[in-house]
Amino acid sequence: MVPAFSPTTSRMRFPEVAQVSLTERFQQLKTQGKKILLPYITGGISPDWIEVLRSMAAYGADGIEVGIPFSDPMMDGPVIQEASSLALGRSVTPYSLISEIARAEVDIPLVAMTYYNLVFRGGHKRIANLLAGSSVSGVIIPDLPYDEAEDWITEADRAGVDNVLMAAPTTSNERMEKIAKRSRGFIYGIGLLGVTGERSELAASALQVATALKSITDLPVLVGIGVSTPEQAREICQIADGVIVGSAVVRRVLDGAGPEGVGEFIAQLRSAIDGLS
Amino acid sequence: MTTFMGDPGPRGRFGDFGGRFVPESLVPACDELEIAFREAWLDPGFHQEFEGILHSYGGRPTPVTEASRLSEQLGVRVLLKREDLAHTGSHKINNVIGQALLARRMGKMRLVAETGAGQHGVATATAAALFGMDCVVYMGEVDVARQELNVFRMRLLGAEVRPVHSGSRTLKDAVNEALRDWVATVEHSHYCIGSVMGPHPYPWMVREFQRIVGDEAREQCREVLNGSDPDYVVACVGGGSNAAGTFAGFVDTQAQLIGVEAAGGAAITSGVPGVVHGMLSYILQDEFGQITEAQSISAGLDYPGIGPEHAYLAASGRAQYGTANDEEVLKAFQLLSRTEGIIPALEPSHALAYLVREVGVSIPLGSTVLVTLSGRGDKDIPTVIGLLK
Repeated sequence: MVPAFSPTTSRMRFPEVAQVSLTERFQQLKTQGKKILLPYITGGISPDWIEVLRSMAAYGADGIEVGIPFSDPMMDGPVIQEASSLALGRSVTPYSLISEIARAEVDIPLVAMTYYNLVFRGGHKRIANLLAGSSVSGVIIPDLPYDEAEDWITEADRAGVDNVLMAAPTTSNERMEKIAKRSRGFIYGIGLLGVTGERSELAASALQVATALKSITDLPVLVGIGVSTPEQAREICQIADGVIVGSAVVRRVLDGAGPEGVGEFIAQLRSAIDGLS
Repeated sequence: MTTFMGDPGPRGRFGDFGGRFVPESLVPACDELEIAFREAWLDPGFHQEFEGILHSYGGRPTPVTEASRLSEQLGVRVLLKREDLAHTGSHKINNVIGQALLARRMGKMRLVAETGAGQHGVATATAAALFGMDCVVYMGEVDVARQELNVFRMRLLGAEVRPVHSGSRTLKDAVNEALRDWVATVEHSHYCIGSVMGPHPYPWMVREFQRIVGDEAREQCREVLNGSDPDYVVACVGGGSNAAGTFAGFVDTQAQLIGVEAAGGAAITSGVPGVVHGMLSYILQDEFGQITEAQSISAGLDYPGIGPEHAYLAASGRAQYGTANDEEVLKAFQLLSRTEGIIPALEPSHALAYLVREVGVSIPLGSTVLVTLSGRGDKDIPTVIGLLK
């Protein structure tokens, strides 16, 4: 099936935007024994979201996951659902976000997180090129599992965008090995059975997934979903190479923490995982 | 020669459509379900139990009724497949009995369901009561308001109804919320999808559980029509389960198959290929891929997508798809009530409305037409009272 192309945005260009390689940077951090901090923000959540993103970088994020909002985010809990509706209510589009991201000028890898229909509708080739051209070096598509991802991975590889695959607490070891072989940049360990959102305690499954993944791959293993506090980040990083924190960051943005407030939270996460090896 | 409505294979593809676009957490559950269904569907004991329950509990076989006064008025011979007479008032019972039996085989004693008009929710709650299972039904806030009676029925049957406040607060959002529940509870819950949609194996499995409608109707039509098949087979389509079940019985005959969508939710007429709710199919969406909201008088057809097998039947030309608008539907609803003494649900009133409009246009006078009357109209009385006063 050939995805549809939209004529209105097919000529977007972003001259001279530097892309920081996700694979290289994260592998480097792993080799140095430095734990990786990958916070998430919903693109377009507030008019100053690029400022928030820069602040996250300045306060110690090793990379930033940028959510490109979708109307039907089935892997997301209430906080990110609200952020997505807010952003869509501000009339952001995948293309307006990509051009904003292109002007962010941060010296860390940016990883887009979105749902497959936006990629399918835009067209594999065009979306891969747009992401690469706007300095995005990785992408996470939670509703595009390993078995359906081959065509997209081929196109993303060609454009130089790392497609990150996910492994879940329900994934068998045999399947984890297949997933690890096709994942690029890092492998995303799903910390618990459930959607994104803050939890009061780190699930036992997070540690199990991290342990299982560490035993089968040399890719950096990052764990997300249900990791909300500096203490939980520290706990999971005893095993994992890094941590993804989404709803806890987004809730602070929704509560009006602003670039400084969010930055301070990033700094807390940073210091909680630094010094672990 | 192309084979239609067969096994879609391990990747669950109907031509380009279908597939399994779900989060990794759910992939093993879909695999497990596919294996369980393949085994069960080859097991004569499973068929015996499934068909036995549909007979002794579900009221099957449902009759085919010759609609003589309607036929006279329209100038075509109309036969009605009477799913309105099945237990719980619609064809939905067929699928839920099948899925509840499978869930029990897999050791899962909690059913999660989405519902639009409430018919599937009521059917799931019924099966849960019958098998002693827990049941949670997600229903958009808008639908909770317009289908109050079914909400009460579900609660009476022991199910928990959870109103969904996100998005358009209708069927599409209920599916999202049911999927979110399933992601968190997959180890002990079965997601009992109500239509021929969602990730593989659902579109295929639900069609197989519903094919009893078409298989019965084909034999019943042959009895009435001295061994021949109807010229046209018409059914309404939201996700498309009653149409898929009906078409499965006629796809190998000469009958022309026609699916009728709500004009405000016409995925085939107005949608383009896309991926949502685990499947690649025709979806109503904007130029960026954001899903748009369907609008229909009928909560059961208020859905921006369509089952992937229908997308394939449309793309291949084996079936045609048309639409009916709210006004035509209300007229057809009243017409059948007055000519035949049958109050149809608003969903199959779309199939009737299409027929009323197309007789003498695309459907020649004198044709023989089977219409699947997928459900009865009691649940819609509050909606219709407001509109007809």
